[in-house]
Parts: sequence; C-alpha cells; structure tokens
Amino acid sequence: MNDNFNWRKYLVVFFITLGLFITAIYLSDYFGNKKIDQLKSIQDKISIDILSSETQFSLLSELSCKNVSGSVLSGELEELGRKLDWGQNNLGATDEVSYLKKYYSLLEIKDYLLMKKIFSSCGTKSAFILYFYTTKENCSKCENESLVLSSLRDKHPELRVYSFDYSIDLSAVKSLLQIYKIKDTELPALILNDNLLTGFHNIDDLETLIQKSLRVQVKK
Amino acid sequence: MFSISNIIFYVLVFVSVYVQVFFFVTFLENRKKIVTRNGKIKLTNYPSVTIAVPCWNEENTVEKTILSILDLNYPKDKLKIFIIDDGSTDNTWNIIQKFSNHPNIKILQKENGGKYAALNLALKQTETDFFGGLDADSVVHPESLVRIMSYFEKDGSIMAVAPSVVVNNPQNMIQNAQKAEYNMGVYLKKMLCFLGAINVTPGPMTIFKKKVFDDLGGYRYGHNTEDMEIAYRMQKNRYKIEHCNDAYVYTDTPGTFKKLYKQRLRWIYGFINNTIDYKNVLFRKEYGNFAVFTLPMSIVSIISVSYLFGRIVYNLGNFLYSKIILLYTLGWHFTFKTPHFDLFFLNEQSFVFLIVFIYFLVVFSILFGRKMTREKTFFSPNILYFFPVFGMIAPFWLLKAIYNTIIQRRPAWR
Repeated sequence: MNDNFNWRKYLVVFFITLGLFITAIYLSDYFGNKKIDQLKSIQDKISIDILSSETQFSLLSELSCKNVSGSVLSGELEELGRKLDWGQNNLGATDEVSYLKKYYSLLEIKDYLLMKKIFSSCGTKSAFILYFYTTKENCSKCENESLVLSSLRDKHPELRVYSFDYSIDLSAVKSLLQIYKIKDTELPALILNDNLLTGFHNIDDLETLIQKSLRVQVKK
Repeated sequence: MFSISNIIFYVLVFVSVYVQVFFFVTFLENRKKIVTRNGKIKLTNYPSVTIAVPCWNEENTVEKTILSILDLNYPKDKLKIFIIDDGSTDNTWNIIQKFSNHPNIKILQKENGGKYAALNLALKQTETDFFGGLDADSVVHPESLVRIMSYFEKDGSIMAVAPSVVVNNPQNMIQNAQKAEYNMGVYLKKMLCFLGAINVTPGPMTIFKKKVFDDLGGYRYGHNTEDMEIAYRMQKNRYKIEHCNDAYVYTDTPGTFKKLYKQRLRWIYGFINNTIDYKNVLFRKEYGNFAVFTLPMSIVSIISVSYLFGRIVYNLGNFLYSKIILLYTLGWHFTFKTPHFDLFFLNEQSFVFLIVFIYFLVVFSILFGRKMTREKTFFSPNILYFFPVFGMIAPFWLLKAIYNTIIQRRPAWR
C-alpha cells in the first residue's frame, strides 16, 4: 500500500465537511427565522395601523372625513405581499410562512372593508380590485395577470389591489369566494368594484373598466 | 423542494467543499515543510543533466529559452542541451543555428511529429542520468536546476521533480487571470506533492531520472498531453514525483480568449482521455492518493463546472423568458423599474454560505501560491480577473472537450 495513503484523513475531512454543512444549514435557518420575525413585525405594524384607523373612523364617525388617516398605504401591504411570496419560495413553505400568509389575507380583507366604508361615507372616488390566483397548479395566466396588476398599481396609485391565494385555508377568504361565486376553473378571477371578471384581462381592458367605474361613482 | 436537480446540486457542493477542505488540511499538516529558498545553494556533487528543447515554430521565443538554460547556475560541463527542431516552418531553424558551435549544445532536426516524438529523439541520444524537457516558450530561473537537483540529492527514491510554473510578464486581462491561476497551481501542486499524488509533470523543466524512461519507455502521444501521460504512468508504477516549489520557470501564456480556449481544450481533452486510458487505477488504494483523490477530484470538478454552467444557463433562460413574458403581457406599458436594495431579499440559503467558503479557500490558495512564488506584493488585482475570465469561459472548453471525447475528435495543438 502507498505510504501517503490513509483512510483516517479521508474520514476526518468528511466529518469536517459535514460539520461545515450543518453550520451552513444552521446559519441559513437562523437568518430565515430572522426574516420571519421581520415579516411578523411588519404585519403587527400594519395590523395596528388598521385597528387605529378603524377606531379613529368609529370615533369621528361622519363628523370629519379629513381627520381619518389614509389607513395602511396599499404600497406597504403590497411590499409585505412580495416579501411573503419570496419567503414562500426561498424559505420553503414552512408552517410559519403559511400562517403569516393567512394573517396577511385577513389584514387585506380588513383594509378593504374599512377603506370601502371610509370612501363611501366621504364620497371619495375609489377603485378596488380583489384578485384571486392559485399557486397550487401551474397557472401562467395568473402569473401574467399579476404582472398586469402590479404595473396598473404603479400607474394608478389610487387603485387598491388585494390579492388572495385561492387555495388558502382561511374561512374569511372562503367566504369571499362564496360571495362572488368564484370557481377554481375560472382563475385568475378579479372583482372590480363588485363585478366578477374571470380569465386573463390585459392592462387596457382593466384601465377602461376602472375609468368607467370611476365615472359611475361621479354620477352617483 | 428536494428535486433531483437540487440533490445533485447539493452533492456536488458537498464534494467541492470536501476537496477544498482536503487541500486545506493537507496544508495545515505540512505548512512547516514548505521552504522557499532565496539565495544560491550548493550540492555535494553535481550529476550530469540533459535538457531537451523541442521547438515547433518558436522563432520569437526559442533564443530566450536557450540563453536562460546557458545562464543556469550549474557546472557547464555537467549540462548537455539538445535543441530539436520539430519540422518548423518559420525561422526557428536559422535562429537555433547560432548555437550550433556551442560545446554544450547539440542541434537536431526532424520532420514534424509532435512534441513527444521530439523528446524521444533527444532521449535516445541522452547519456546522462538525469533528463528534462523545456518548452521553447519558457525561460528558467538561474537557480531552478540546482534547487531541483537538491531534491534528488536529499532523497534517492525520488524519480522526478516538477518545478513551479509562473506566468511570464502578463500583459492583458487574460494573462493576468492566468497568472492568478498559475499561482494557485503552485500551491495545489505542492499539496498534491505532499499527498504523493501529482498528476502532471509539466513540460517546462521537470527533471526525471533517466531510469524512468529506461524502465517505463519513452514519451507517448498521450492525447497531445505527453507531460500528463508520463506522470500517470509513473504513478501507476508508483514512482515518486516531487515538486520543487522554489524552482521557477516563466512561461508565455495565451494572450487571447481564442488561444487560451485552444490550449485548455487540449489540456482537458488530454485529461479526460488519459484518465480513460488509466481508468483501471481509479479508486484503487494501492495507487495511493493519486487514484483515490487526484483523479476523482478532477473528474468531479469537470462535472461540477459543467453542471453549474447548465444551471446558470437554465436560470438565465428563465429570467429572460420572464422578461419576454412581461414585455408580451404589458406591451408598451412595460417600464423598467429601478430595483431598490432591501436586505430582506438577500439569499441566505445554506449553499450560499458553502460557496462563499469555497471561494474563500480558492482565494487563500492563490494568495499562498503568490507567497510561494515570491511575488513582491501580498495581493494583486489579477485575482479579480481570475474569477470572471475562468468562470465565464472554462465551461465552454470543458463541454467541448467532453463533446470531442464522445465523437473522438482530437484538438489541434494551437
């Protein structure tokens, strides 16, 4: 046997490498958890903002619309949504991420209801889109619709888009699906000011519909 | 999450980390044995050495090469030089004529038949106990031969001593990138030497005991990498190869991507095909670390680079596809948004840490190689060129060499 050859070294290096792997996994887990904590704190902040707006609205009631702060900026909710999607893809669909996603959907519904109430009582023009997509199966139309919506949101900051994962196990979202009679075969689905639109809609179609809805609101 | 592609990826990352750790552990075990001599040394006796310079169209460099041999700090009566014109079609023959009357030099001419044939012609006429080649695009450090010979004096069981090959006067980004690579090569060769697992005895200035060729036969074609084939043959016969890290040989390197590509294609093709020829030694512990570490490690590195390249191309394709879809979906409404930096989106998956670790050890080996070659400064920007130049084009010559092996096409020398 060759003098320079010893199995022990091969084994020792194997264990060192294994140790490095475990350390890397631990580090990745550590930073992953930090990110989840970060998401939690963003959600808590948004939750407090919504609750505060709700309370403010109840306190002041119809007295003064000016004093009600604009609730949560839709940008903040959108940012949170993006981070959650990234977390789902990169941190793995852990229980915590899916729990946070449910919480996020709930916050969206609360924000939607509150904003609708504020806008209608103050008579401000508004456009709301509830957007339903699926992550369970390969839905290329959903991906395209998401692109259209985020571009639309950039162009019209007054537009409020709320996105919901069709397959999320949350009773509030299920109620929305029942109210608007949305089936999984019709995804992506959009509710634009209470009207159901199914399948892919391009940016021009949606812009026309939004303008139309705003004109109707003015007439009222 | 655990797709087959991910499993392959993590296995390759594991093996790559393993290889780097293996080198680093070898370094820690032997670091005190790495001696870099600065001044002149003396031997108890100076055995006669033959140095053969095969040339094929080397009109620009051959004179410098010969002058550097004549300038070696070694007794002139113990040095025999053969210059073999291997059927050059340029002015090489006329240039080497200048040395025809030199008492130490013998000039030979033959029809073009490849470097191995030229070396064999010199071997046939060699009467000394030591023999070495020197490529005509390289120059030797005046102390290199005496330092190499000191290894033979110290240990009678050594059959060949390889030098440290360093890039001569790098001019552009490609040559600077190679300089960093050659520095790393010096470090890795020393580590392989400690493992008794050197797989190449470089064409420039490796000195052999003549007995190697008497026992094992002369040079072979070796898929245009005769310096690799002879090292494989020696390892198979358990002949000891050492590395003299302070014997410097300065070699000219390709200055364009095209030339570099051709050279590396030849090297990698040679590696793949010599390994196929010597596949019987693979993983057989009687052939030592050469069979269990060097060869498998080199095979894995070829697979890793090819696989990672495939993965990068796939991801790039996906990215471009998503942009095309975006353009298609949004039409003229499409605008480029400046992405804002958010630490949240920094990828901290476990492989990222491991790849950073691998890069860290690669940088360490380049820097330590610099130290071993007595570079004036600790750091040089050529390290920065190394990663993009080799990262971008190495996969192409690797894949082409694999392709050529499959369809049995031999690459040209240059």
